[in-house]
Amino acid sequence: MSYPISVPKPMNRISQKIMRRPETVTFLAFVALCLFMSFFSNRFLTVSNLTNVARQISINGVMAVGMTFVILTGGIDLSVGSVMALTGTIMAGAMVNQGWPSFVAVLAGLALGIVLGLINGSLVAYAKLPAIIVTLAMMEAARGLALLYTGGYPLAGLPSSFSTLGRGFLFDIQLIPIPAVVMLITYLAAYILLNHIPFGRYFFAVGDNEEAAHLSGVNTRKVKILAHVISGFTAALAGLIITSRLMSGQPNAGEGFELDAIAAVVLGGTDIAGGRGSILGTLIGSLTMGVLSNGLNLMGVSPYVQRVIKGLIIVGAIFISSRRRNR
Amino acid sequence: MDNILVCRNITKQFPGVLALDNVSISIRRGEIHALVGENGAGKSTLMKILTGVYQPDSGEVIFEGQPVRFTNPRQAMDRGISIIHQEFSLLSYLNAYENIFLGREAKKLGVFSDKQAMKEEARRYLAMLGIEIDLEVPIERLSVAERQFIEIAKAVAQDAKILILDEPTATLTVRETERLFNVMKGLKAQGVSMIYISHHLNEIFEMCDRVTCLRDGQVVCTKDVNELCQAELVRHMVGRELTNTFPAMRHKPSSEPVLEVKRLANPGEFDVSFSLRRGEILGIAGLIGSGRTEILRALFGADRAAVHEVYMEGRKLEIKSPEQALQYGIGLIPEDRKAQGLILGHCVRHNISLTHINKLSTKGFISARKERQSVLEKVEALRIKVPDIEHLVMNLSGGNQQKVVLAKWLATDCRVLIFDEPTRGIDVGAKSEIYELMDALAEQGISIIMISSELPEVIGMSDRILVIRKGQISAELPAGATQEQILEYAIGGDVG
Repeated sequence: MSYPISVPKPMNRISQKIMRRPETVTFLAFVALCLFMSFFSNRFLTVSNLTNVARQISINGVMAVGMTFVILTGGIDLSVGSVMALTGTIMAGAMVNQGWPSFVAVLAGLALGIVLGLINGSLVAYAKLPAIIVTLAMMEAARGLALLYTGGYPLAGLPSSFSTLGRGFLFDIQLIPIPAVVMLITYLAAYILLNHIPFGRYFFAVGDNEEAAHLSGVNTRKVKILAHVISGFTAALAGLIITSRLMSGQPNAGEGFELDAIAAVVLGGTDIAGGRGSILGTLIGSLTMGVLSNGLNLMGVSPYVQRVIKGLIIVGAIFISSRRRNR
Repeated sequence: MDNILVCRNITKQFPGVLALDNVSISIRRGEIHALVGENGAGKSTLMKILTGVYQPDSGEVIFEGQPVRFTNPRQAMDRGISIIHQEFSLLSYLNAYENIFLGREAKKLGVFSDKQAMKEEARRYLAMLGIEIDLEVPIERLSVAERQFIEIAKAVAQDAKILILDEPTATLTVRETERLFNVMKGLKAQGVSMIYISHHLNEIFEMCDRVTCLRDGQVVCTKDVNELCQAELVRHMVGRELTNTFPAMRHKPSSEPVLEVKRLANPGEFDVSFSLRRGEILGIAGLIGSGRTEILRALFGADRAAVHEVYMEGRKLEIKSPEQALQYGIGLIPEDRKAQGLILGHCVRHNISLTHINKLSTKGFISARKERQSVLEKVEALRIKVPDIEHLVMNLSGGNQQKVVLAKWLATDCRVLIFDEPTRGIDVGAKSEIYELMDALAEQGISIIMISSELPEVIGMSDRILVIRKGQISAELPAGATQEQILEYAIGGDVG
């Protein structure tokens, strides 16, 4: 090992640093995608369409935050779609059937998300069961509970004031939808936790080398449980947004959403094996997914073909990420 | 007597290490040939060459008069060279005969396995070995010794002409060992040759015809066992010349104890008590598998111990996890840097600050300035050679990686540091740097516990030496102890 003889120019170093960041590739792809879409569809770059995209993205975007934490620690959370449906229907039920004030109902729903995450996390950390199995079981159980609670029918009749969160706009100007604001706040909080709070470091350490983290005095169980709790919470937050947007508790909502969330995380450059990644990448990843499906819709591409394209993109992203890992 | 196997001038080089240097050895038909040497002397490399796991860089292996060059273990096995490993290669849910005939099942009509035929065959082989084992129960319900016999029966069923036994008695009781020896005598009578690897020298004198001693990849001697005594053999293993790479020690241990291990025990594994003084380097010697690492991992809270009575300056310590050990100022530099010591995919900064990131924050937020400062301080103090602290640790040399692991503990202001194999896989230059660091740390009043398989290291560095055998402290030796003494207590038996 030797010291570099010449110090590279600062400009070079900054550009090098940017190029080395895992989310850079995704960001460039995202920009290219936007350019492509605006070229092929004159409706893409309109205020109403972009506002629409922002609102559509927010649900998957919020869920992908929690997913990032779980994947960073080396796990996976398949239960987010079901947890979203269950917490959403419980919130709706609490308002419609129990007559609870909406903010109490919302708090109850969010708390339920945390509890479900706690169950996932405890089974992974203490019973040492694989996350994929634990959350698969939770996916089934939570979906079953949602269907059981509603009898399989949507729960409608929510107080009209409740719609602001899902349908409203910031400052009542038709520009920035509230769900997008909620999403950005969630990302900001996650960014601060991962990069500026001491505990945030542990998510990376546990995912990269659990044994080394353990031997460095990190409480690895706490880290894994917290990752699942965050995921449960953001799934419930997504449940809140969708319930408010649809103004009903939908027991069938969110089927397959877990895969979109995983795709956003992986597309954002987070290593599917854990240890490496960034929340900023996940944001770009979910923006990309959203713009892609919006653009394909505008171009009139059949939804069946869209799924094929999505599949190819996920494989491509994992391929790039694994190449990076092996380098 | 004719030779069944002759190795001529075998040389095998690994990156940075000459594992085997011009090794010649011959095995006679029907003899039990012992192979001895310290850890790292080249025994297992030689066995891996004989069984086709490795290929020699130069030299030749002549088996039954013909030169052979095995490229995989299957070929060696087909020709009649089988190895019985310390870790068994049996499938635990299958029963005895299914294991013996695994991959070579007797068939009925070419498709269905012929259980009856296999069972009879298996029974015949076991009878040949003088063993009775229930053929129907799955392997996992059998004792360690019984599993070993099935391994042997499997080798015999494949018409093994040379059987390599690698530390076969390490996990056996005295009675099981006797049964194994009877089986070996039976095989010998049938003309099977055996290569017997063991640290238990008394067994070698009891069972073997000849012994070959390896040291640093070279053959020291091959002799009839009745031509030498145990003390002589130990001397051959250790060698006379001690290379001196150790710094002149500046630290002076004080007499005041820092850590008092009243009792640290796990039934069936280990049971020890010892004390550690301020500014002392306490060496822990013992064979691999003696429980050295287990004892200190338990002390550190990495694994649970049934009895954990440890006092620091009169205060009883509650250590159930490394997190708690860290709070009391105890650090561990583990034996496997890459698997246990480093967050390989992250930078030097993240690795070093991992243990004390809480202390590097203001009002709950990480202070980038404090972190940088603290990390740079350690990088300079330990002379870690990196272009910048954002460099990934996986791209550092072994010595620098070890310093990163050390740095992360030094930054916690710890008072007791446990080093497990501090210089494993590190080149000579970096080694003496690590030694100097350890000396300097002890001089600053940090107490060090050092586990090492390298006896010169134990002798060169320690103020006191504890020798561990079968989970117990078999001796406490002063600084001037010799390699022979340490080895005697590590191996046990009646030497000299």
